[in-house]
Amino acid sequence: MKIAVCIKQVPTREWQPRLNDSKTWIREQDVSYEMNEPDAYALEEALRLREKHGGEVVVCSAGPARVQTVIREALARGADRAIHVEHDSLGAADAFVIAEALAAAMKDEKFDLVLTGLQSDDQGHGQTGVILAERLGMPSSTIIMDVQVDPSTGSGQVAALRVKRELEGGWFQWIAMPLPALLTIQSGINQLRYATLKGIMAAKKKEIRKASLPDGLQPAQQIVGLAVPTRSKQTQMIDGSPAAAAKELVQRLREEARAL
Amino acid sequence: MILVIAEQRDGKLNRATWETIAAAQQLAGGMPIKVAVLGAATAAVAQEVASAAVAEVLVAEHAALEPYTPDAYAFASRSLIESASPTYVLLPHTYQTRDFAPLLAARLRKPLITDVTAISGTGTDAAFVRPMFQGKLAAQVKPVGGPPAIVTMQIGAFRADAAQKGGSAAVRKVDIQIDPGAVRQKPEAPFREAKQAVDLGQAERIVAVGRGIKSQENIPLAEKLAKAMDAEVAASRPICDNGWLPMERQIGSSGQTVAPKLYVALGISGAIQHLVGMKGSRTIVAINKDAEAPIFEVADYGIVGDLFEIAPALITELEKS
Ligand SMILES: Cc1cc2nc3c(=O)[nH]c(=O)nc-3n(C[C@H](O)[C@H](O)[C@H](O)COP(=O)(O)OP(=O)(O)OC[C@H]3O[C@@H](n4cnc5c(N)ncnc54)[C@H](O)[C@@H]3O)c2cc1C
Ligand SMILES: Nc1ncnc2c1ncn2[C@@H]1O[C@H](COP(=O)(O)O)[C@@H](O)[C@H]1O
Repeated sequence: MKIAVCIKQVPTREWQPRLNDSKTWIREQDVSYEMNEPDAYALEEALRLREKHGGEVVVCSAGPARVQTVIREALARGADRAIHVEHDSLGAADAFVIAEALAAAMKDEKFDLVLTGLQSDDQGHGQTGVILAERLGMPSSTIIMDVQVDPSTGSGQVAALRVKRELEGGWFQWIAMPLPALLTIQSGINQLRYATLKGIMAAKKKEIRKASLPDGLQPAQQIVGLAVPTRSKQTQMIDGSPAAAAKELVQRLREEARAL
Repeated sequence: MILVIAEQRDGKLNRATWETIAAAQQLAGGMPIKVAVLGAATAAVAQEVASAAVAEVLVAEHAALEPYTPDAYAFASRSLIESASPTYVLLPHTYQTRDFAPLLAARLRKPLITDVTAISGTGTDAAFVRPMFQGKLAAQVKPVGGPPAIVTMQIGAFRADAAQKGGSAAVRKVDIQIDPGAVRQKPEAPFREAKQAVDLGQAERIVAVGRGIKSQENIPLAEKLAKAMDAEVAASRPICDNGWLPMERQIGSSGQTVAPKLYVALGISGAIQHLVGMKGSRTIVAINKDAEAPIFEVADYGIVGDLFEIAPALITELEKS
């Protein structure tokens, strides 16, 4: 099976937001980056499918030169090679532009299965995977928590793929679909593995194909302002040493909130 | 015109549809609103939404719309949109919408703005507020290249009871063609996995632990605090994903929804998918080392600090009396 995994590089969870001067994007100089969390699970799922069914795992990422770091990390975890759609504008691009850019670089590869994360931790559109599926002419299913491939039915056959889709409130549903297909992966589908020293060494020699951004891609939305959200509730902040704060909180929970 | 696409399953309306109707009424600025109901048997749902103050209810019935699949829904809603020519298409940001709205947008080549929490302005001048960077920032965005622009509303962001009712809108059937052969997903029946041995919905107090707890070895600290408060232990999703606590103790959109007397969030950042499961709690306490963490937005009491110092101090304090 030829499997693609789309990986986005996003600011770390610890990052404290700082805005650029026009307050329409973040100050990128201040940011440290990591692999988008569900994408790490998508990569792990691809590696497991390769272990079971053979084939190769190709990492696909769109972004400025900096995204090489997550590409190398994915290669170190075991992906075979990578495609990097490189352009400075892709760091802040919307889901339509990213999906079109990835589709152009991926379409000739004829992947059997494309995995993405269900949502990015930065822009959080929850769209890129599904739009990409449509541009690649594949069916999609989203928020996936298990992937079963029946290799005997082969390409193009109905029920080649059976996936477990998460629904709200602890419900799930199995869905059968043909290959090739695109799935958006939910965090927690598997247990992640981390790169070994051997993997890191091996990654240095793996191929990263550079693809250029197609001309004329149109964004579908524009950020006109970015701000720290306003608070809806008046939080009473309790200061002091841990012991003093604990004492005051317990007292207030007992006497003011009557919650203890 | 604004087209609201209602969500129903097995002939039951998803309440979030009313939130979306309320959002549409706020956005309208004089534009008429229509509500579309898709499904195989939609009469009851159509009647229910017809009580809203809207111009018309459009019903698209087809056997291929039951059970739900993204292909059939994208197909049906596309033909509805092409015949009705709305300026905006509004949907609740549910898992079902996440599944088919991007497909619809991709096919129409029209903008999709997701997870909207507020609308500023009305009509074609409106801007939409949506969280970015895990809720650390709120972005004002405008669609480019509409109409229509498809916009999905975060669950709980608009009040269902704010939707204006207006008697009875006309219900009109719209003919749609779906080629069942073009529907590529074959769904099986939904099921529940977790044995619901604990019903956190009944708990008076809950101590919920998040990734701030760092490792499985530290879970007993949360359990000890819960015991001292006479509370149940619960968790954010990553804790359950890691298997540190069973999935049945997960709070949030994919876990349980609770509204206890007291909810203590220990090292939880406050992502929207967590907040929807607990923001109805009567008193919320947040303990987090990051003063900017979104959890403080819903907290009544907050302590900014290291939970490994605060939690033991709380246990000591509670055990004093
Ligand atoms: C479709 C979908 C469904 C989802 N469903 C759910 C769901 O049902 N429930 C759910 O919870 N999530 C759900 N999520 C995931 C959600 O988006 C967040 O990723 C998750 O809630 C984050 O968990 P967390 O707050 O524990 O971790 P983080 O976001 O990593 O936050 C950890 C927090 O701990 C703080 N911290 C770190 N160290 C300390 C310390 N020593 N002392 C004090 N504080 C500390 C940090 O400042 C930070 O705020 C869902 C996501 C999606 C996309
Ligand atoms: N720049 C990118 N490069 C590679 N994959 C991406 C990129 N942006 C988004 N994706 C993929 O699309 C998923 C959903 O992103 P989003 O639509 O932004 O929420 C992510 O989890 C990634 O798998």
